Amino acid sequence: MSPQVDLNGLVLPGAVLVASGCFGSGRELGPLFDRSGVGGVVSRTVTAAPRKGAPSPRAAETPSGLLSMVGLQNPGVDAFVADDLLHMASMSLPVIVSVAGGSLEEYVRVTAALDGAPGVVALEVYLAGPDEELDGQPFTARPERCAEVTGAVARRAQVPVFAKLPALQVGLVEAAGACVRAGAHGLTMIDGVPGMAVNADELAPALGSVQGYLSGPAVRPLALRAIHQVANAMPEVPIMGVGGVWTGSDAAELLLAGAWAIQVGTAMLVDPAGAARVASGLVGYLRGKGLTSPADIRGRLRAPAAGIPPPGAAGGAGPEGAR
Amino acid sequence: MKRARAEILSNRSYGAYHSVTIVAPEIAESARPGQFLSVAMPDGREFLLRRHFSIHQSSRRGGWAGTLEFTFEQHGHGTAWLANQRAHSFLDVLGPIGNPFAYPRRLTNCLLVAEGHGAGSLYFLAQELRARGKRVDLLVGAQDLEHVFKPIEGKRLSQTVAFMTADGSMGERGSVLDALPGIVEQTGAQVLYAAGPKDTLRGVAEFCAGRGLPAQIAVEERMGCGYGLCYTCTVPVARKDGSGYDSLRACVDGPVFNPARVLWDQWLGARPQMLPTPPEGFPVVRAWPD
Repeated sequence: MSPQVDLNGLVLPGAVLVASGCFGSGRELGPLFDRSGVGGVVSRTVTAAPRKGAPSPRAAETPSGLLSMVGLQNPGVDAFVADDLLHMASMSLPVIVSVAGGSLEEYVRVTAALDGAPGVVALEVYLAGPDEELDGQPFTARPERCAEVTGAVARRAQVPVFAKLPALQVGLVEAAGACVRAGAHGLTMIDGVPGMAVNADELAPALGSVQGYLSGPAVRPLALRAIHQVANAMPEVPIMGVGGVWTGSDAAELLLAGAWAIQVGTAMLVDPAGAARVASGLVGYLRGKGLTSPADIRGRLRAPAAGIPPPGAAGGAGPEGAR
Repeated sequence: MKRARAEILSNRSYGAYHSVTIVAPEIAESARPGQFLSVAMPDGREFLLRRHFSIHQSSRRGGWAGTLEFTFEQHGHGTAWLANQRAHSFLDVLGPIGNPFAYPRRLTNCLLVAEGHGAGSLYFLAQELRARGKRVDLLVGAQDLEHVFKPIEGKRLSQTVAFMTADGSMGERGSVLDALPGIVEQTGAQVLYAAGPKDTLRGVAEFCAGRGLPAQIAVEERMGCGYGLCYTCTVPVARKDGSGYDSLRACVDGPVFNPARVLWDQWLGARPQMLPTPPEGFPVVRAWPD
């Protein structure tokens, strides 16, 4: 069994990582964090200046999911490098830093502040925040802005860069392609899905920010579809799959759809050993199939049986209507 | 914080509440009043998140050594599941989590103000304060008799106890905030502790600020993980040096805070209300003009 994964030159000691925003400052769990088989951690998202984050309440449980809006609360990149990052690096796990900003300049400033930072093997570009240079819409609303930001980060960064994309309904492959052409080494898919929850008893939205991002098993089908689409179009581009992975077999689903590595997010918020549990479950799954490496199942979905048209083909009519 | 696969010793109901006693010696060893436990929900259900309960009792010695008790009211899927767990089944428990209440060094007269299930953690505190030679008085409020948690235990643990219910079914009719000024007068309280819903805590905070009384409160905020990773249970708390505030996590930075430093308007006033009727000035659009 070779636990390593090779993301086109970025070699990680395991295929299962902790997703962004689900590892605190790295200190909270102490010995309760089980790192066996874990390939790395993605840090919480950092911006140039400290941010206080979104109003309370910030979390609501929804069916098979967690709706949350933290609003990028973070201590700012300089404090992060001086404190949290030093601690994470001391755990000798590869660290991928999630970077964000309201403008191109801020993204570049954050990237520059991470030059030579210990333990950092890659950056992940968070693109769901408001674009303060334009109209405050998320960067992800415009594929060309995603590419512009990703390109700016990639040109400045000394490590490989992954663009984190949402499960866009249309234009996903185009956005992914634009980010890769702009300099992304790979992609992380998917980011949280915008959603909302209402507290009917109190006639109020469940979150202080009204809208939040949905995560957990509820979003896994969305992640699978997004990963599958992009992996089919760009099989040579490393994809880190993230979205509701709870078990080893969930991780295998994302790998089969085309992911190269897996990030475990919400499951870490329920089980401090969640990432290690997924990693060992994945090893068990692969053994059961007589395989040795996650790469052996990557993108290995069997084609659908002939005769079943893809959704939307034949204008929604049955086989007769298509004739 | 430790993790335990904890056996349930008993699961009883007291009025509107359920109280679960578990065996978890490693957690009981260091548990203190104000801290809480995090209990995992079963696999394969649509409710994923752990549930968090303040510690009502922790025994280090005697026949109950190594046990912990926590209390809850059945509200949704998670607490309904927990209410049905029988003795000798096991729970995945993390704890103790958070900062405990601090005990006064010199001052002796402590008034503990509880609303609803907040009494659970304050009875634990009462016991610890008495063990340190402090005078403990209790002010316990609830919506009705059913929601007054273990009144006999309250009497046993305190010098004096006053009960307030919204419907007058036990003690006086009214809220703990109505009774607070009189009770402070009667008992000569020098330090206040409070636990319960946010509105009660805010009322206690404002009363204490007005009188210059030192106080500590245990807050409740909706939590994602309950162990510090997700930053969803934050409370805006003013810095000591007056240089602004920080969004502190109720789980690991709290749940005990100095109420004088909590920015109440910002914390509680943040959520926009969805009004059942259109607000003033909102045009009423009819389906068809008259």
